[in-house]
Amino acid sequence: MFEDSNIVVGLEIGTSKICVVVGEQNAEGALNIIGLGQARSRGVRKGEIINPEQVEEDLRAAVFEAEQMADVEIRSVYLGVSGSHIRGFNNRGMHTVVSAEREISDDDVQDVIKNAKAINLPAENTVVHAVRQHFFVDGHDGVTNPVGMLGARLELDMHVVHGNANRLQNAIRLVRGTQLEVDEIVFNGVASSLALLSGDQKELGALVIDIGGGTTEYVVYSDGAIRHTGVLAVGGDHVSNDLAYGLKVPLSRAEKLKIEHGAAQVTEEARGQTISITNELGLELKRINVEHLQRIMSVRLEELFRLIAQEMEQAGLTDYLRAGVFLCGGGSRVPGIVKLAETVFQMNVTLGHPGAVSGLTNTLEQPEFCAAIGLAKYGSLKNRQRTARPLFTPGGLKQAFGRFLHRS
Amino acid sequence: MATDNENPVADALIPETSGAPLVKIFGAGNAGAKLLGALTTPEFAAAQSAIIDTDASGFAASNATVKIHLENKLLRGLGSGGDPERAKAMAEEQFSTLKSACEGASVVFILAGLGGGAGSGISPILARAAREAGALVLAFVTLPFDCEGNRREAQAQTALEQLKAAADGVVCLPSQKIFKLIDENTSLVETFSFSGGFLIEGVRGVWQLLTRPGLIQVHFADLCGLLRDRHAENVFAFVEATGAGRSREVVEKILAHPLLDEGRALADSEAVLVSLLAGKDLTMAEVNRVMEQVKRQCSHAQIIMGAAVDADLKSKLCVTIIAARQTPASMPVRVEARTGTSNPAGKSDIVIARPSRVRRTGAKAVQTQLPLTIVSKGRFDKSEPTLHHGEDLDVPTFIRRGIPLN
Repeated sequence: MFEDSNIVVGLEIGTSKICVVVGEQNAEGALNIIGLGQARSRGVRKGEIINPEQVEEDLRAAVFEAEQMADVEIRSVYLGVSGSHIRGFNNRGMHTVVSAEREISDDDVQDVIKNAKAINLPAENTVVHAVRQHFFVDGHDGVTNPVGMLGARLELDMHVVHGNANRLQNAIRLVRGTQLEVDEIVFNGVASSLALLSGDQKELGALVIDIGGGTTEYVVYSDGAIRHTGVLAVGGDHVSNDLAYGLKVPLSRAEKLKIEHGAAQVTEEARGQTISITNELGLELKRINVEHLQRIMSVRLEELFRLIAQEMEQAGLTDYLRAGVFLCGGGSRVPGIVKLAETVFQMNVTLGHPGAVSGLTNTLEQPEFCAAIGLAKYGSLKNRQRTARPLFTPGGLKQAFGRFLHRS
Repeated sequence: MATDNENPVADALIPETSGAPLVKIFGAGNAGAKLLGALTTPEFAAAQSAIIDTDASGFAASNATVKIHLENKLLRGLGSGGDPERAKAMAEEQFSTLKSACEGASVVFILAGLGGGAGSGISPILARAAREAGALVLAFVTLPFDCEGNRREAQAQTALEQLKAAADGVVCLPSQKIFKLIDENTSLVETFSFSGGFLIEGVRGVWQLLTRPGLIQVHFADLCGLLRDRHAENVFAFVEATGAGRSREVVEKILAHPLLDEGRALADSEAVLVSLLAGKDLTMAEVNRVMEQVKRQCSHAQIIMGAAVDADLKSKLCVTIIAARQTPASMPVRVEARTGTSNPAGKSDIVIARPSRVRRTGAKAVQTQLPLTIVSKGRFDKSEPTLHHGEDLDVPTFIRRGIPLN
């Protein structure tokens, strides 16, 4: 038990691939990636499991690969979840400080957290994350730790991410079915942003867009806290499907064309250019207009960015994104996507790379592993918190118990 | 042959010369007669109603002004036997009677259940007769349940196509969609009366729009402009809510309505008619809220709205929406037209009629598709659709935007 407690594993069951990242935490809590396993995912659509048997098979393959590489036995994982049913919103909790001298105690803080978490969710939904943003003491903004301060009214803004309980349970049950324990479930967008953003960027305000195979997750940080989260069930699969429909080629061929000739904006050299598709004997089957190919892709990706930009506008967050937009996920490999995003968002756009993680750099610099790395990182942060807070204080016990309940 | 007297049909339906448009309601076939019977509310008392059927057995129970019995010696009064062609032949034979029955009306409503013999056969002919008589023709029809079998389904589809070509507008209620609105324990009788009631609500919505002095009046000319020559298939929904948040509730119900495909039907409609009816406390803000949401859903559509007040409704707010679906612009419409003045009964020429009107938005080179498959979503055909403000994001963007690839 003690030996492997410094191993943290992130598992992402994505629409195009299943990815397992094994990290080792040193004494200071820093994370070092020592293993990676991945398998093609066949039983997932739009981020949600549609064929558990196939997913289980692929999952075993990925876990086996990661175990081989890291030379450890994986017992528990931090599981990434996504899907169109996941939503985020902000909620404010209020608590009146009752003690005579009006000093805010730890109990007051726990109470206000409880109040902020008490939200009206639809019966079938459950909370995935409840993240503290800021405390207000007597209406004063921007307090991060109010314990010991004087005040009469304590308020707390919280960001709550919630999703359909059954659909979340599907993924958890499936992982448990392969004799793996699920430490915690984490929204993929949150995981990606953890891997990508540095503390400064979170302070400045940043939008992380993870363009996956079946879903696109986005998370906004500002003033060091999560402000906004969301999922659009549109991803690389949609691009391939559009191409298959528009160019009248099979889906597998469309996927290949997308990777070989795709671009986020119609390039100069593509104008009027055609390529021929050949069968396995080298005979020409069809000629494809590259300009059409790129146009179909560009309208789809532009629409995706516009939908997110619209939502930012509606939430009034556009002006808070001072560090700009960060792209990751397999979809961010499309050439020219940064330029397209810059024209849509009218701000600085960067291709994100996981930072503050060491080990296996050449494989982990790839954008599609962001979420899985972020999951491992989330785990390492949780571990650090756990060791920092001894179990046998009232709060610690409560939390440990809460964790226990959370899992079941 | 039709009736005993000399020309009772024309006598009974002499046009009235009042200001309001004269509305005549026809029930064709057995289901049509039943629907007509259900229009018992006092507001319809002013309308003239008529039943047309091949089988006279239902006539006695009906209190329609005019009863036209289409009969033929061959059938010995046994009805059309579920064959629309027979019913159609008989209707063609009586074309002049039908036409004179429609004479003088500004608007003709046709109620029918498609799929059987009489309703499917008579209603397209009746629609043509009414149009030739100079009326605006709106047909309200039900399509059969899936379980009623292939033959009825096919007959209903053929009749619907013919009716669409002949009438100005067809409001159609696929009975199968009713399943989403009823619970499992509903009896068969209740189900049929429910689906009939649904159609009646559509009729009532249009009726109110035309006849009731509204706060925001819809002129008859507006309705004509919206529907005439469009030959569109319409979908409709009727929702109501009471209490303080009623306007919001109404909007939510509209957007979740199964007959509107959860609001998607609004997104690809080209004309939308909204009729609001409420008690005396109807506020402008409520009207505004409903209309704003509807407008947001159907940005491409021409919208006609009317609002009226009925003190009996108290705090209830009722909204009827009729949305005309776009039909692919380059599809030739098959119309059975009568060429010349006399045509041997039962024979009708099939001609390729004028192509349906080019859309106002400019003729973009949109990829045309067969009307049977709406838009293939390929890989996402069977998965839960990704809806974003009523738009299905699974459909390729370039198709939704109408971007030409040439």
